[in-house]
Amino acid sequence: MSAPESTHGLLLTNIESVPGRAIVEHYGLVSGSTVRSKHVGRDLLASVRNVFGGELKAYTELLEEARDEAIERMCAQARALGANAVVNVRFSTSSVAAGAAELYVYGTAVQVA
Amino acid sequence: MSGRTLWELRDLWSFVALVAVGYFFGRRIEARHFADLRRREHASLALPVLTAPRLDPAWAVEDAALVTGIAVVSIDYFKYVAASLRNFFGGRVSAYESLLDRARREAVLRMKEAAQARGATVILNARLEISSVSGLDAGQRGARSAEVLAYGTALRVR
Repeated sequence: MSAPESTHGLLLTNIESVPGRAIVEHYGLVSGSTVRSKHVGRDLLASVRNVFGGELKAYTELLEEARDEAIERMCAQARALGANAVVNVRFSTSSVAAGAAELYVYGTAVQVA
Repeated sequence: MSGRTLWELRDLWSFVALVAVGYFFGRRIEARHFADLRRREHASLALPVLTAPRLDPAWAVEDAALVTGIAVVSIDYFKYVAASLRNFFGGRVSAYESLLDRARREAVLRMKEAAQARGATVILNARLEISSVSGLDAGQRGARSAEVLAYGTALRVR
């Protein structure tokens, strides 16, 4: 499991502060989203797994990629505002259509000293 | 019964075969998964996971980062059929209870393992989010798998 922080160079937390650092400026809401759909090859393997039960590794990876992509988009917004951290990060999911789902991540962009 | 009639019943045979395979393999895979979960949960007892966001002001925090854990677990065919029958009669659907339990515990463990990889000593404000991409095709027939995202703030406190 990769540490999300290492890929985009921003500090992320899902609490109100970055412990040990002081927030000096707030930039407001930033968010990132990805809509992913099932992959035919992955779905074939998944339907085999649906007989035996157990972890669907292909879908776990799909979800991990979606999480990284959504976080990266949120961080791009935060960087554009001049922030170096995002606090109060939340994840949300919704179903937009059959076979497709949205992963949405949002938080408050801040400058910490 | 003539050979032709047997052939006409092939859908029924394949259904029976899928249920049997699901029953025998699904049970073993689930038992192994639960044993693995218990072992790893015991091994990671030293790292507390709190659902509260409050920081203890006395803590000297050296590192803080968002950590996540993702798990997608599928139900086996036997339980899927059993759950569909249960849906008809109503009541407790234990097949889905164990599925959700496995997926949530696995996701929380992966979050804890990601935190331990950073040398964290506590996880604050842990949250669980359920999504569905693989289950949506089932539509009216019910989901086949549980997708769980666990996240929280990992702290290294001196």
